[in-house]
Amino acid sequence: MDHFPGNWGQPLSRDPHVVSSTDWFPGPGRAAAEPIARTQQPMVTGTSVLGIKYKDGIMIAADTLASYGSLARFRDVKRIISVGENTIIGASGDISDLQHIEHMLETVMIKEYCVDDGHTLYPKHIYEYLSRVMYNRRTSMNPLWNSLVVGGVRNGEKFLGFVDLQGTTYQASTIATGYGAYIGQPILRKAVEGREDEITEEEAVKIMDDCMRVLWYRDARSSPKIQRATVTAAGITVTEPYELTTEWGFAENIKGYGA
Amino acid sequence: MTIVHAHQVSAAPVQTLMERRFSPYTENGGTTLAVAGEDFCVIAGDTRQSEGYHINSRYAPKVYQLSNGAVLATGGMYADGLTLVKRLEQRLEWYFHQHEKTMGIGALAQMLSIMLYNKRFFPYYVWNTLGGLDEEGKGCVFSYDPVGNYEKHHWNCSGSAGHLIQPFLDNQVGHKHQPKAQAGLLSFDHVVRLVKDAFTGATERDIYTGDYLEIFIVRAGGITKEKIDLKKD
Amino acid sequence: MSGIGTGYDLSASTYSPDGRIFQVEYALKAVDNSGTCIGIRAKDGVVLAVEKLVQSKLLVPGSNKRISSADLHVGVATAGLLADARHLINRARSECQQYRDTYRSAIPGKVIADRMSQYVQAYTLYSSMRPFGISTIVATYDLHGPAMYMIEPSGVSYGYYGCAIGKGRQVAKTEIEKLKLTQLSAREAVKEAARMYGSRVF
Repeated sequence: MDHFPGNWGQPLSRDPHVVSSTDWFPGPGRAAAEPIARTQQPMVTGTSVLGIKYKDGIMIAADTLASYGSLARFRDVKRIISVGENTIIGASGDISDLQHIEHMLETVMIKEYCVDDGHTLYPKHIYEYLSRVMYNRRTSMNPLWNSLVVGGVRNGEKFLGFVDLQGTTYQASTIATGYGAYIGQPILRKAVEGREDEITEEEAVKIMDDCMRVLWYRDARSSPKIQRATVTAAGITVTEPYELTTEWGFAENIKGYGA
Repeated sequence: MTIVHAHQVSAAPVQTLMERRFSPYTENGGTTLAVAGEDFCVIAGDTRQSEGYHINSRYAPKVYQLSNGAVLATGGMYADGLTLVKRLEQRLEWYFHQHEKTMGIGALAQMLSIMLYNKRFFPYYVWNTLGGLDEEGKGCVFSYDPVGNYEKHHWNCSGSAGHLIQPFLDNQVGHKHQPKAQAGLLSFDHVVRLVKDAFTGATERDIYTGDYLEIFIVRAGGITKEKIDLKKD
Repeated sequence: MSGIGTGYDLSASTYSPDGRIFQVEYALKAVDNSGTCIGIRAKDGVVLAVEKLVQSKLLVPGSNKRISSADLHVGVATAGLLADARHLINRARSECQQYRDTYRSAIPGKVIADRMSQYVQAYTLYSSMRPFGISTIVATYDLHGPAMYMIEPSGVSYGYYGCAIGKGRQVAKTEIEKLKLTQLSAREAVKEAARMYGSRVF
């Protein structure tokens, strides 16, 4: 007997007291007879995500490409999502897992909304939730194949954190996933470290665009169509996808490459 | 005439089946140590978090204050260490409400061993060093392997520069290989100086150690924390 | 065996000889004792308003809410036994979430109203159950715009432009009927609702 009334009378699929038709037959149930498929491999994936702290808050950038292996499969996929009033998340890795994460976050946000007690989830709450989900999924050997960058501002406090498929977490003033960790991160660190409270939005945009451009030049799984998102005290803005300006002229005439 | 080597014959691109197998473990580097004194204990760790040749973060602390008399230094896989500490904190709180007192470090040391051992077949990939004061107010140090094997001693160093610092501590704290030295516990100031030297030295030689050093000092009056710069290269 | 029910009112699973289920009718009595609750479906939204009778000065303001949300677009107001209401709202939240889990979109108004009324109706079928002692007004806003439904203890539910339940329902209904609901905006409806409660029309 389940003595907790909240568990009584759930919809059929959730009711633990409702037994499925296979339970009526003797012998091992279906679950015991079949192996469970777990560890996946990423299928449709997104590449690098960059995130920095700057004067007014947090800025995150990512391109809009979803690759199927080496095939540029979907060229207009949004990989930066906003959650609530002051949190943004950039995701690299499996896109379907990202969509699942989006759904989970929607669920918790609605739950909090219904409680109607005047509280909402802050960036660090969402980060904590995500990192526990990611860690628990890795522990059950059924990971969500993503590297996530969580950014936000709340009560004047900037937050920028990272969590990946192994549950590894860290916070820093610059974060870069995937190829960006090799190419973008050194540029970001040079531009940002120690200047987190000085960089203007204008400068931050330039830093991000410059990094994304280098990634487009060198990362074969990237695209020049990118999105940027910011969180400041004023709230969230996510740009529409836009194209990076590029220079493909003969290298001799370009500073730093010439003969 | 062109010479075609056997291994160059195929002109077609080599097709290999790629399947990325998931590994639940990673190594985030870092060094931790603890030294016990007569009536104090010093527990320290650097704050760099690495993965391969990447530095993830320059400040990701892995030394945690668990109670008024116990500090736990973790190393190895950061996520496992964090999870272990969360579980320990939960158990300490339950213990506090059930017994109306905080758990002693002896009990905590044994409990930590059991919690690690219980995950024997899917271990927390963490090398723990627990330091604090025992029931008599004396400094003590416990060191662990990932599956709960543990030992009590006066000093310990583990992590990526453990093999660099441990013999240094053996010599300087334990007076090993110094036949003429007087055995005995070191003064507080002396220990802190040794710890700082040990880490600045290890930072030079170990790429996984650096950025900042966080030192916890446990004394009867409470715990104090100190943060010192290490080289960031 | 004499009195109003003459033995036919002990169980929700027994009809009286003239075809009534007394337990359900008694449940309605519990609703009628409650503070008035009104709903107005305006052009661009739905307004729900309840009167919360102060049971004790010691109560914390904001406790025992009688209006709550089941989803971002589903609002529920109840008259009757508050404990029963909270159980039904929990159910409504599960239904809303389950719809989202399956279809990744918000549950349509008529679907949630229908699912809730089915649930209420199930409690009129068994001798071991007590029917819900509440009437529920469900306000929704979906692709088809605003909608409002009212569910009674029997499990029936209808769509309404305006409805009122609880103690002052008769007066309230007369008041709402005076409004031009096809032209009224939700913002104006809020004022109308406030006027009705404020001037103690009922």
